[in-house]
Amino acid sequence: MEAINGDKALLSLQSITGNRLEIIRDPHFIYLTVGPDELLPLMQALKEQLGMNYLSNLTAVDYGEEFEIIYNLYAIPDNQQKFIVKTRVPRAQAELASVFSIYPTADWQEREVFDLMGIQFSQHPNLVRVLLPDDFEGHPLRKDFKKEG
Amino acid sequence: MFTTDIYTINIGPQHPSTHGGLHVEALMDGEVVKDAIVHLGYVHRSMEKIAESRTYTQFIPYTSRLDYLATHLPTLGYVQAVEKLMGVEVPERAEYIRVILGELSRIASHMLFVGSLAIDLGATTGLIYCLRDRERIMDMFEMSSGQRLLASYMRIGGVIQDLPEEFFPAVDRFLNDLHGMIEEYNGLITGNEILQARCKGIGILSPEEAIAYGVTGPNLRASGVLYDLRKADPYGIYERFEFEIPTGQHGDCLDRLIVRIKEIEQSGYIIRQALKKMPTGEVRGKVPKLLKPEKGKEVYHRIESAKGELGFYLVSDGTEKPFRVHVRAPSFVNLMILPLISRGGKLQDIIANIATLDPVLGESDR
Repeated sequence: MEAINGDKALLSLQSITGNRLEIIRDPHFIYLTVGPDELLPLMQALKEQLGMNYLSNLTAVDYGEEFEIIYNLYAIPDNQQKFIVKTRVPRAQAELASVFSIYPTADWQEREVFDLMGIQFSQHPNLVRVLLPDDFEGHPLRKDFKKEG
Repeated sequence: MFTTDIYTINIGPQHPSTHGGLHVEALMDGEVVKDAIVHLGYVHRSMEKIAESRTYTQFIPYTSRLDYLATHLPTLGYVQAVEKLMGVEVPERAEYIRVILGELSRIASHMLFVGSLAIDLGATTGLIYCLRDRERIMDMFEMSSGQRLLASYMRIGGVIQDLPEEFFPAVDRFLNDLHGMIEEYNGLITGNEILQARCKGIGILSPEEAIAYGVTGPNLRASGVLYDLRKADPYGIYERFEFEIPTGQHGDCLDRLIVRIKEIEQSGYIIRQALKKMPTGEVRGKVPKLLKPEKGKEVYHRIESAKGELGFYLVSDGTEKPFRVHVRAPSFVNLMILPLISRGGKLQDIIANIATLDPVLGESDR
């Protein structure tokens, strides 16, 4: 982790999020857990200050009361640092800011999360279903979705 | 002043050049493409939902059906993700078998790419040559697993069985002929004047845009970015092999073709090295029949598949079934730039763009 100037860079991330950032490290990744309101400033800083220019994966998990949204960040071509950014939104108000303006690749990936998990991404340029038909009802990857057959 | 109305031309979902069920709505201003809207989902089988009601082992055959043109690679990505989740060791010989079959899958996928690009641009003969050569790989898959297209050969902790004896002379003969095949493709397809005219300077993707839109695999490398997960973030035993990563300069359709043809050759080198170094021994580690990873554990594992970065995100809830499986499909993310590289071009360029982005719809729709 020396490559990111370790703790100094992470400290600056802390100040951006008003010291509400939870940092966990394991051999593979640095996990950053953040509230939904601080997500955009954090992603902006990760991209501009730490050079994490590549959002590989964006997905969501249904934990009942809450949804967790997961972002996997890497740098191309330098691949020293690996971040997983996580945030949670309540089921009753499943809405989150879109990261499209920072990472254009979030376009379809957020549409997919909206389509299958039913999370609204505000400020997304074209938040419509991507895999299922437009008139489909419900969001199948939610745990309470009734399966047929 | 003359003005023209914008009109729509639908390409697909039933159209040979869409490689499956892809629907592209082209908004045309005369002959010029104003915009292209991509509609997906015709091959959506809700794989991620299915995974939640299967055990970890039962989901393996489904992953074969993600990228069915390079069947061993998605299976490999999935079993490696589960192995990471469980901390399972894989026997040496199995690792080498995985590399050999994985690289053969990559060659098969790239060969079909070359052939289908040729036929999409009107050169029927090109397809026949590529299919002829790919057929030999299909035969090898049949020898090893009994299945040609959807092998499901990888297992958590290794592979299902050792390679049969007749596999080795077959792969040896194939590798001996590989250089000749590539010469033939270059002479017949890459060097063809019409094909060059249809591909040169068409669908240009800049390296900055490619990274911003998450494009990976040969499409990214054709734009001049040296990034291959086999070297950038090695998985399995890829550190042990020497090979080059071909890159392009212009990021156009022709570069995307040339990069893939060069990759076929590099994959051949990797297989040669693997065959030479392969030890004898077990091909399947000791893994319990019913896998129950620790509760709350999660993993993101990514491999360099034939189409780009294929990632599996798994979450365990301590039971024998995964709580959540997400597939980060390279075809899905790569297709996102189709409108971007098609705008301002002609209608026929969309066909070349789809063909050279090389999406496989089973993977993008899941």
